[in-house]
Amino acid sequence: MSIEMKTGGLNTVFAKETVIGTRLTKPDAPDKATGKTIYINDMVLPRMLFGKILHTDRVHAKIISIDTSAAKALAGVHAVLTGDDIPLLKFGTTRDNVPLKAGKVRCIRDEVAAVAAESEEIAAAAIALIKVEYEDLPAVFSPTEALREGAPVVQEDHPDNRSLAYNFSHGDVAAAEEQSDIVVEHEFKVPYVTHCCMGPGCVIADFDSAGRLTIYSQTQYPYNYKMDLAPAVGIHPGDIRVIQPPVGGAFGSKLDVYPFEPICALLSRASGRPVKLTFSREEEFINSPTRQPAEFRIRSGVNKDGTLTFRSVDCLMNNGAYTSWGPTTPVIQMRTFTGHFRVPVVEYKGLAAYTNSVYAGSFRGYGNVQATYVTASVMDMLAEEVGMDPIAFRLKNAQNPGEVTPQGSRLDDCKLKECIEIAAAKTNFLSKHKAYIEARDKPARIKRGIGIATSIHNAGGAKIHKSDGCGTILKLDDYARATLITGASEIGQGIDAVLTQIVMEELGIPKADVTIVNNDTALGPWDVGVHASRTTFVAGNSALRAARAARKQVLDAAAKQSNVTAEEMDLRQGHVVQADNGVAIIRLDKLLRQMHFTDEPELVMVSEYFEPNSELEDKNHVGNLSATWAHGAYVAEVEVDTETGEVKVLKITAVQDVGRVINRLGIEGQMEGGISVSLGYALSEELKIQDGRVLNPNFRDYKVPTAPETPEIELHFVEGDCKASPLGSKGIAELPAIIPAPAIANAVYNAIGIRFFAPPLTPEKVARALHGALPR
Amino acid sequence: MEIEIKFTLNDRAVQVRVPPSMTTLSMLREKFDLTGGKLACGEGECGACTIKIDDRTINSCLMFAVDCDGREIQTIEGLGSVAGLEIMQQAFVDHGAIQCGYCMPGMIMQARYVVDQNAGRDPLTRDDIARGLEGNVCRCSGYTKVVDAVAAVVLEEAAL
Repeated sequence: MSIEMKTGGLNTVFAKETVIGTRLTKPDAPDKATGKTIYINDMVLPRMLFGKILHTDRVHAKIISIDTSAAKALAGVHAVLTGDDIPLLKFGTTRDNVPLKAGKVRCIRDEVAAVAAESEEIAAAAIALIKVEYEDLPAVFSPTEALREGAPVVQEDHPDNRSLAYNFSHGDVAAAEEQSDIVVEHEFKVPYVTHCCMGPGCVIADFDSAGRLTIYSQTQYPYNYKMDLAPAVGIHPGDIRVIQPPVGGAFGSKLDVYPFEPICALLSRASGRPVKLTFSREEEFINSPTRQPAEFRIRSGVNKDGTLTFRSVDCLMNNGAYTSWGPTTPVIQMRTFTGHFRVPVVEYKGLAAYTNSVYAGSFRGYGNVQATYVTASVMDMLAEEVGMDPIAFRLKNAQNPGEVTPQGSRLDDCKLKECIEIAAAKTNFLSKHKAYIEARDKPARIKRGIGIATSIHNAGGAKIHKSDGCGTILKLDDYARATLITGASEIGQGIDAVLTQIVMEELGIPKADVTIVNNDTALGPWDVGVHASRTTFVAGNSALRAARAARKQVLDAAAKQSNVTAEEMDLRQGHVVQADNGVAIIRLDKLLRQMHFTDEPELVMVSEYFEPNSELEDKNHVGNLSATWAHGAYVAEVEVDTETGEVKVLKITAVQDVGRVINRLGIEGQMEGGISVSLGYALSEELKIQDGRVLNPNFRDYKVPTAPETPEIELHFVEGDCKASPLGSKGIAELPAIIPAPAIANAVYNAIGIRFFAPPLTPEKVARALHGALPR
Repeated sequence: MEIEIKFTLNDRAVQVRVPPSMTTLSMLREKFDLTGGKLACGEGECGACTIKIDDRTINSCLMFAVDCDGREIQTIEGLGSVAGLEIMQQAFVDHGAIQCGYCMPGMIMQARYVVDQNAGRDPLTRDDIARGLEGNVCRCSGYTKVVDAVAAVVLEEAAL
C-alpha cells in the first residue's frame, strides 16, 4: 500500500521546542484546585461499611478478657473481630507484628478489636460497647533501660530487647585516634516527629467471592505492598489488587503496611462487604508511624591543619514495640556518617532496642535527617577547634569527583565543593559569619547568625531490593494520543508532570494528548515505589526508554515510505518533520492510522524496564547502593530574640546538585516543601511521648510551620553531566528536607554561641540555654 | 430528630433536613456531595474545610449545619464554573502551589477571601498574605508558591 506523503498543511515548518526544564504545570492540578479530585478519603463504594478500631489504653498489659457481645448485638453492626477470631498473622519488617493483638498489648497503639458497621456513628457506638479486662505489666520506655539486665521483656522472641543491629568499620579507629592532633566526643538526641499528612490514614478493602482482595490504599509502594500485606491477611500476594486513589500526602509514612490495613481487609472478609477505615486526626497522630528518634555518641578526630582523621558513631534507637522501617534507616544514615567528607577511618554501630513506646517508620530523609543534624553540627565544631572558618574547613575535606567512600558510594560526578563555594559566595557567608561573632557580646536583644550545612543522599534510587527498577508501557492510539502506564506512584510530588514532559519531548505531542496511568497494580508494571528520591530518576529513565522505543517505531515506519531516513527525521507538534529544516513530512496521527489499517498492521505499544546501575550492599554494608549521589549546601540566616528565645529564620539559600532540571516548577516545589519540613524539625516539631503515651496529638500542640514562619528561599541548581542517568536528572526530593535544620542550628550558634544537641530549638529551650531556669 | 433548613449554596437555593449535631462540613460532603472541603483535623486547627459563609470564611468542621439556615454559602466547587477556573484557582495551578492538593480547596477559599477583604486598600504585601493564610496548614508546598500565586492575583486584579 502506498502512503500519500504530501497532504494539506505540509511544507509547514515546525521549529524544535524543548519542554524539558520548563515550568509545565501539574496535569492533576486543575481538578485539585476546583475540589473535583476524589481522594481516597472522599470515596464511597456501593454497600460500603465503615470500620473502626479499638486501640488499647495500656502501654504493656496482659489481655484477660474481651467482651464483644454488646457490640455484636447492636443494630447495624456487621462484623466484630478480636485477635482470638483470626489466625496468627505475623507481618512487618521482622514479622513481629500482628493485625489484632491477642493475649498481650505492648504499646499505646495496639489494636485489640475492630468493627464494621453501616455508619461511622454505629461503628463508634459499637467500639464503645466493647469491654476489655487487662492486667498491667511492668513497662520500659527508654532504649538504654530496655537493654539493662532484668528489664521488662517487650517481645517474647527477643528476651534481651535487642532488635536490629548494624555494624560497619573501615580502618583502625584506635590507631587513628592515637595519631590525631585533636579528638572530641559529642552526644546528640533527636526527637520523635511525625508526618502530618493532611489526608488522615484511610483504606478501603473489598474481597470478591473468589477470595481475591481489591484494596484502595494510600501506599507509596504498591507492588511490594502486595507481598507485605499478604501474610497479614493470610492470602497469596497474587490475590491482591492495589488501587491507589489520590492521597493527601505521604512523605514516607505509607512505605510499610500498618495494622489498620489488614484489619480493614479482615473486616471485609468477615462482613462480605467493602469496608472503609479512616483515622481521625488524633488517631493519625497516635497510631501513624513517626520518624525514628535516636541517641548518638560521635567521636571525631582532626589534625591541626584541618584534615579529618576518623569518625566513630554509636547510634541507639528506640525501636518501640514493633519493627517498622524506622530501625532500618541506618542503611542510609550510615552512608552519611561514613561517606560525607573524606574521612579515612570510620566506624558505625547502630542498635535498636524494643520498648513499650510507639514505633517509627520512614519519613522523608530516611535516617539522613538525623545523621546530617549530627555531622553538620560536628563539622562546625571541628572547624572551630582547629581555628578554621566553616567554609574553608569543609572545602579542605570535601571529596573530588571520582572518589569512592569507604562503603563504596561512587562519587563519580561529585559536586560538593561547587555547592559549598556557590553557597558561600551567594550569601556573602564569611564576612557575615565573622561580623555576627563579633556582635555576640554587644548589647542588643536581637542577634543575627548565619550557618551552613551540607549532606549527601542517594540520587539514583537505592537498591534495597534485588531490583530497583521501574516498568513502563506506552501506547499511541489512532489519534496520536499517548497513554503511559507506569509503575511509579504519584503522592503529590509531581511525577505526572515529569513523565508527561518526557513523552511530549520524545514524541512531539502536546500536554493534553498525554495520559498517565499509575494507580492500579493490575495494569501497571512493577516498581519499588515512591521513596528514596528515586522516582524522577528511575521512572523517568524508564519512561524515556519507552518513549524512545515508540519514537523509533514511528520514525522507522515513516522512513519506509519516504526518501528521508529515520535518523534525519524528528517529531514536532504532532508531525513527522525533517530534523534539519523542520519541514513537515506527515501528520503523526495520519501516519499512525496508516500503520494500523494496512495489510501488515502494527500498533505502537511498547514496554520497557529500567534498572539503575547500582549494587546491593554486601554483608559488610559495602556496595554502590545508588546509581548516582547528590550533594547540597544550604545556608540559613537567622535572628535570635535573646529575651524570648525565639528563633526566626530570615532566609534559606539552597544550592542543590540536581543533574538536570526536568520540571522547574516541580523541583522548586520539592525544594521549598522540603525546606519547610526541615524548618519544623529545627524549631518547633516534637511528638511528645511520656511513658509510652502521646501528649500532643493535635495541630495545636504539635506545631508544623505555617505561612508566616516561612523564610525567604533562594534556590540555585547545579546542573551537570550525570552519566548514570540517560535523562540527566538526579533525584533530590529528600535533601531539602535533610539539610536546613542543622544549617539553622549552626546559624543560631553563630548568633549566640550556644550549641543545641537536641532539636527542636524551641523558644523555651533557647531561652533556658541563655538564661538558665525560667520562672514557672 | 432532623431539622429542616433553607439557605443559598453556591448561588442556588437549597433545602435539606439535618440532625442537630451534624457539622456544616459533614452536611456539605454527605448531603450535597461537595467533597472539596476536607475533614483533616475536625478541630478548626488546619483550615482544610474552609468555606465562605455570608461575607467571611469559617472552618466548616466547627459550625453546626443548622446554623446555615438563611445564609449564603460558597464552597470551592462554587468558586469557579464549568466554563473554567476562577482567577485564584488558575493562579494556584500556574504557580505550582498544588502538590498533593488536599489542603488546597480550603487554602484557595481563604486566599480569595484575604484578597477580597482588602479591596480598595493598599495592595497586600507578601507578609500580609502569609498572615492571612496562617490558619491553613499545608505540608507539601512550604507555602512559598502559595504566596506567589496569591501575590500574582493581587497584582493582576490591581491592574483591572
